[in-house]
Amino acid sequence: MRNFISKAAEAIPPSGIRKFFDLALTMDDVISLGVGEPDFTTPWNVCEAGIYSIEQGTTSYTSNRGLQELRDSLSEYLKDHYGLHYDADREMVITSGVSEALDIAIRAVIDPGDEALVTEPIYVSYAPCVTLAGGIPVPVPCREKDQFRLMPDALMEKISRKSKVLILNFPNNPTGAVMKRDDLKAIADIVVDHDLLVISDEVYAELTYGGSHVAPATIDGLWERTITLNGFSKAYAMTGWRIGYLCAPEPICDAALKIHQYVMLCAPVMGQIAANAAIRNGEDEKDKMVTEYRVRRNLFVHDLNRIGLPCHVPEGAFYAFPSVTSTGLSDFEFAEQLLKEERVAVVPGTVFGDAAKDHLRCAYAVSRKDLKEAVIRIERFMSNLPN
Amino acid sequence: MDEKDHLLLQILEENSRVSVDELSVMTEISARDVECRIAALEEARIIRNYSAVIDWERAGNGEVWGIIELKVNPERDFGYDRIAERISKFKQVRSLRLITGTYDFQLLVTGKNMQEVARFVSEHIAPMDRIRETATHIVMKNYKENGNCLCGHEGTERIPYSF
Repeated sequence: MRNFISKAAEAIPPSGIRKFFDLALTMDDVISLGVGEPDFTTPWNVCEAGIYSIEQGTTSYTSNRGLQELRDSLSEYLKDHYGLHYDADREMVITSGVSEALDIAIRAVIDPGDEALVTEPIYVSYAPCVTLAGGIPVPVPCREKDQFRLMPDALMEKISRKSKVLILNFPNNPTGAVMKRDDLKAIADIVVDHDLLVISDEVYAELTYGGSHVAPATIDGLWERTITLNGFSKAYAMTGWRIGYLCAPEPICDAALKIHQYVMLCAPVMGQIAANAAIRNGEDEKDKMVTEYRVRRNLFVHDLNRIGLPCHVPEGAFYAFPSVTSTGLSDFEFAEQLLKEERVAVVPGTVFGDAAKDHLRCAYAVSRKDLKEAVIRIERFMSNLPN
Repeated sequence: MDEKDHLLLQILEENSRVSVDELSVMTEISARDVECRIAALEEARIIRNYSAVIDWERAGNGEVWGIIELKVNPERDFGYDRIAERISKFKQVRSLRLITGTYDFQLLVTGKNMQEVARFVSEHIAPMDRIRETATHIVMKNYKENGNCLCGHEGTERIPYSF
């Protein structure tokens, strides 16, 4: 029999933490700091809107672009919150989570052989999506000494004649880094000079702690060459509803819409209705969750530094990204032994690229009680390490 | 009152046993500042008390809760305040509110059993001057108290890893 697996699928590396996942599932009493989703449940008024829509029999397809009322709300919301201007009828598509938005954005603009610059450490799906589209992912390291921001010199070093796209994700998963307006301006000059397109995944935008989120498309010269991606999963604790959106200038948006209509048709209607309720009535609940994440970040990062795992203060998202260099263990060794010996699950940095090695991604989207217990266990684990 | 005061109040309302050092880390202000702010909030009687939320049903002491509604004739010059003060002095009265609608006051009253609650209302509250009418409701089950769900549903189980 032939090998039926496509070369494209074969080219994608398997998950770097499968064995950890399987191991954790066999254990009791695991405190998981390995989950990239809020521990809150969706605010009840948002759930109610979704439930009511099902009770009313609203279970059909929507238009490919998504529900008009949701797009109208979003257009208003993006303007009010980030100063972003996107037309609800021509420059926006509602997608099944930001994951789909990312996929169709990449496929809409990448041709075989095009290079996509991806910042590193980086969320695990960017490079595979580029590969699947026939493109070549080119990592651009973001260094700890720069608080994991993207610096112009690092970007310049990786730009070639084949470079077409720069993928940004700030606030960043896994580092929690954010880019301030001046940081982005410096990057914008390079992007314009080299005629690049930006794909900006801003799913953690609402979880920005020390000031407001700056959307790249609000920087002079970038709107016309930026695809903005965002969604409801993180800010409104709606991961399972699978609602995201893509905003871009009309020709790019139309190209992405064509792919969306063939592969997804539309995002789930009850999710879209719930998302609209989140925008209209979910602000207070969202603000409470953001305050709570910030409190947890403060406690957790303080504790990590105290027990000897140096960690910069992440200005966004809900991840701490401590270094394990001082322990003499690699990130994989640390994560595996910690899980086996103390039943704390963390993600080894290397799965987020070479620039993330010797670090751990620890999600503090767990209760304060569990965070405290996790610190006690990590401290005990470290005290048992040979000097 | 600023943002930091509000944050302190939110944290303490949820768990008043958090230490000053922890509060300092959580709120990004110095421990000394935390102490001063809490003292000021206590002084201003914004923080009234530090207490625990207890599920008495689980504690098994069989306490009965009654919600009592009262129609009251207000008093010249004092309105409802003096009669409210008198009612609130009974230790059986756990909370007392002036409300809109058919009734004027709503009380939460506790007793060892239903008879005790009924006796308290008929012997101490109903005969008071200015009380025109009472309605007594016995609480059958508590589902939520002070923002805390008592139903014991812990939410769904999460997978150990996701990106």
